[in-house]
Amino acid sequence: MAEVLYGVATSHVPAIGAAIDHGKEEQQYWRPLFEGYEGARKWMADTKPDVIVLAYNDHASAFDLDLIPTFAIGVADKFPIADEGYGPRQIPEVIGHPELAWHLAESLILDGFDMTICNRMPVDHGLTVPLSIMYGSPEEWPVKVIPLAVNVIQYPPPTGKRCYALGQAIRRAVQSFEDDKDLKVAVFGTGGMSHQLQGERAGWVNTPFDTDFLNRLTDDPEGLTEISHVELLRQAGSEGIELVMWLIMRGALSRRVREVHRHYHVPASNTAAGLIVFESSEANVLL
Amino acid sequence: MTSTAHDYDDIPGTYVFDAEHHRKGYHLNMMCMSLNDPENRKRFAEDESTYLDAWELTPEQRVAVLERDWLGMLQLGGNIYYTFKLAIFDGLSMQAVGGAMSGVTEAEFQQMMINGGRNSDG
Repeated sequence: MAEVLYGVATSHVPAIGAAIDHGKEEQQYWRPLFEGYEGARKWMADTKPDVIVLAYNDHASAFDLDLIPTFAIGVADKFPIADEGYGPRQIPEVIGHPELAWHLAESLILDGFDMTICNRMPVDHGLTVPLSIMYGSPEEWPVKVIPLAVNVIQYPPPTGKRCYALGQAIRRAVQSFEDDKDLKVAVFGTGGMSHQLQGERAGWVNTPFDTDFLNRLTDDPEGLTEISHVELLRQAGSEGIELVMWLIMRGALSRRVREVHRHYHVPASNTAAGLIVFESSEANVLL
Repeated sequence: MTSTAHDYDDIPGTYVFDAEHHRKGYHLNMMCMSLNDPENRKRFAEDESTYLDAWELTPEQRVAVLERDWLGMLQLGGNIYYTFKLAIFDGLSMQAVGGAMSGVTEAEFQQMMINGGRNSDG
């Protein structure tokens, strides 16, 4: 049976991608952040998932204010790297997995999740920085990726509860994928942790909140789904609301998980950067 | 456009991009997004004022764009991910913009982040 075996949640700060692209990982400012990624990169190289379902948000790249899908899944063969205003990052294009992506789209819709289906979908730092964090700068990405874009820019984003339930539905859908029963799937949740890019409160960081969020992501994810959007805005900052996407990842894993790796560092640009890696501990047991 | 009370209105220094904000800022944000296109960046660089003529900005939004009034743009319906396209165009960092919005220099803002960011302890 195809399975969601692995879960990764990580911040997707564009400056982290730029630091990797421009060889700044050893600089004093960046070293503490990248040192904390080493264990996760090694784990990634050892586990080698075949496909990542990567929950991220688009930042005015593929979507704009004319079209704001709450949940959009990319079903194309490949996804070009978006020009966010600097020219596209010089990284390999992202290769999709259309068979699984279409299976997910169909299964999720029939399971009650009204997905938007996308072919032309340039991917921005929200999707590419997590790949760079986990894989560095390879010639080609050693994994196929199914982009799952979540609106977190237009208020309100989907609730934490809905995101968690979507993750659970992704898990069920992967388990019913007949084309490749040995497929090893990872789900990524990205964005966060606490940060606020805008307004007089720009620079907001809430380390106690983030620490508690990381702890409960492991042990009490359903409790985290009770946090309201207003509480997230208040505690995690206006852009910290991206943390709802971490709950998609966690919903896609078994109830009990093995926490493989954790890293937290302030600052990466304007953001508290977090990374957490899980393995499903009861891979063959249906939720 | 009428203003509705929200349960997030009391969060200080925060402009939630809700329906009201979206309606105010639609054209401003879409103009900023147009700078994703290198051809548009070239035209904007040649003559900002002429470039802006093609967009239905309010006079206040137009001034805020030309003066790079980062906080003003937010107050006039801007969303940071869109208005940041202008900062990218200018070669500015998110710390520079964060500093400008919160009334400190880029260096001071950077130092605040290195010290653990802005938090409830001050």
